[in-house]
Amino acid sequence: MKTAKIKVKDGDLLATLREFFRSILQLEDISAILVPQHLPMKNVVMPTLVTDPEQLNGIDPLAPAFPINSAKIVSRLTRKPMGQKVAVVLRPCEIRAFIELVKLKQGRTEEVVLVGIDCLGAYKNLDYTQIVGEQETEFTSRFYRNVLSGKEIAENGFDLNPACKACEHPVPDGADILIGLFGVDTNHSLMIQARTLNGEDLYRNLNLSHAEEPPERTAAVASLIAERTAYRDKMFAETSEVTNSVEKLNIYLANCINCYNCRVACPVCYCKECVFVTDVFNHEPIQYLRWANRKGIIKMPTDTVFYHITRLAHMSTACVGCGQCSNACPNNIPVMELFRTVSFQTQKGFEYEPGKSIEDEPPLSVFREDELADVVGIGK
Amino acid sequence: MEGFEPTIIAFVCNWCTYTAADLAGTSRLGYPANVRLIRVMCTGMVDPKYVIKAFLEGADAVLVSGCHPGDCHYINGNYKARRRIKLLKEILPQFGFDDERLRLTWIGASDGIQFAETIRKMVTQMKILGPNEAKLKIVI
Repeated sequence: MKTAKIKVKDGDLLATLREFFRSILQLEDISAILVPQHLPMKNVVMPTLVTDPEQLNGIDPLAPAFPINSAKIVSRLTRKPMGQKVAVVLRPCEIRAFIELVKLKQGRTEEVVLVGIDCLGAYKNLDYTQIVGEQETEFTSRFYRNVLSGKEIAENGFDLNPACKACEHPVPDGADILIGLFGVDTNHSLMIQARTLNGEDLYRNLNLSHAEEPPERTAAVASLIAERTAYRDKMFAETSEVTNSVEKLNIYLANCINCYNCRVACPVCYCKECVFVTDVFNHEPIQYLRWANRKGIIKMPTDTVFYHITRLAHMSTACVGCGQCSNACPNNIPVMELFRTVSFQTQKGFEYEPGKSIEDEPPLSVFREDELADVVGIGK
Repeated sequence: MEGFEPTIIAFVCNWCTYTAADLAGTSRLGYPANVRLIRVMCTGMVDPKYVIKAFLEGADAVLVSGCHPGDCHYINGNYKARRRIKLLKEILPQFGFDDERLRLTWIGASDGIQFAETIRKMVTQMKILGPNEAKLKIVI
């Protein structure tokens, strides 16, 4: 692992990152860079694919905005060979989701360099648009200064997305190139680390000045993770309490209208044709009457609880906890809380951590002859 | 619940457990009528959603039963089923479905006696456990 530092001028992290990304884009073997940027035509932050080094002026990867999990975009960019290399600037949860997609044959790592930045978190989509105002880059500067100096970050009564507050992966461990902020004196420098051979190839060409990892970093990261884990465990306990019976789960999901937005927003739900949009669930009209007859009343649309439990069965071992499902829900159902709580158990059951390594096999894609004896049989 | 008769949905594979059920019948072995057999070609085709649907529609227990390890007509379908049952056993108890309500067994084609015994035992277990909550509530 190679470590360097780059100088920060006037405490302006965005300007420093802009120059760093420009230097990456100017490298001979990098054709484009995918990076979140303020769109010129509207005051929103969106991933942009940039080939012209002069078109990086609006970059803002530190904005507390997370409109989409870009793993899906990187999957689109890499599903077939294109003969050129792209650098992609991602949040840790986007990198983890992309690693899952690669294992599910939905993307390739060969022509991509994953650039990960220590993640400061984000607001919910609707909250961000409400609080950002006109001065979007100043808002970002205030945000990262507050987070990095440990100050309160609730803004106008809006708190960060619970998915971010419960995230125990603030550091992009799976990145090829890591940009470190935690435990780094960000008023003066940023840490750059090449974590893979792929990253080292790029690192070598950047002519950076070698430096040691700041000794404070390990403790800073550990304390952040401890704080997040405590929030997460509290969230698990609270969610479990309100969903631990079928009746409670029904109440929890009562607002669901089967719009499937959570599935569309989910980075690891990759099926081109989800079973829930096929004719399998286009029941015979008389079937609804049969169901209604059984208890005298049924909720319409049907199959909402069924949909969520089935989706859990299909993707919970791959859930990276990015929270886009909650972002996408039009009826404010805390989807992320439920999915993370259940996924924690399924992932523990298979001793699998999604996004950790490209080598770990997804639990439902493999099987062994001699295993899981404890699930067989009918007990005493 | 007085006089509670549990409903058991059993997904049985064509080659082993269904044949065993057939054998139990032709051998005139008695077993409770609480079970509804669904013949599938292989336990490897039992998608978790069928099991979930059965529970949400009020089944008191679900049995998935196929060939012994190494005997699968399709070589490894039963191993896939085992992983999926493991997955469901991690998910469903979190929503209050007792772990005992979902069972996976290996019952070979010649095990008619074992099939009848398995169903008898499951019915007894479910009578002790009581009805599935989803049966009583508005759930779909």
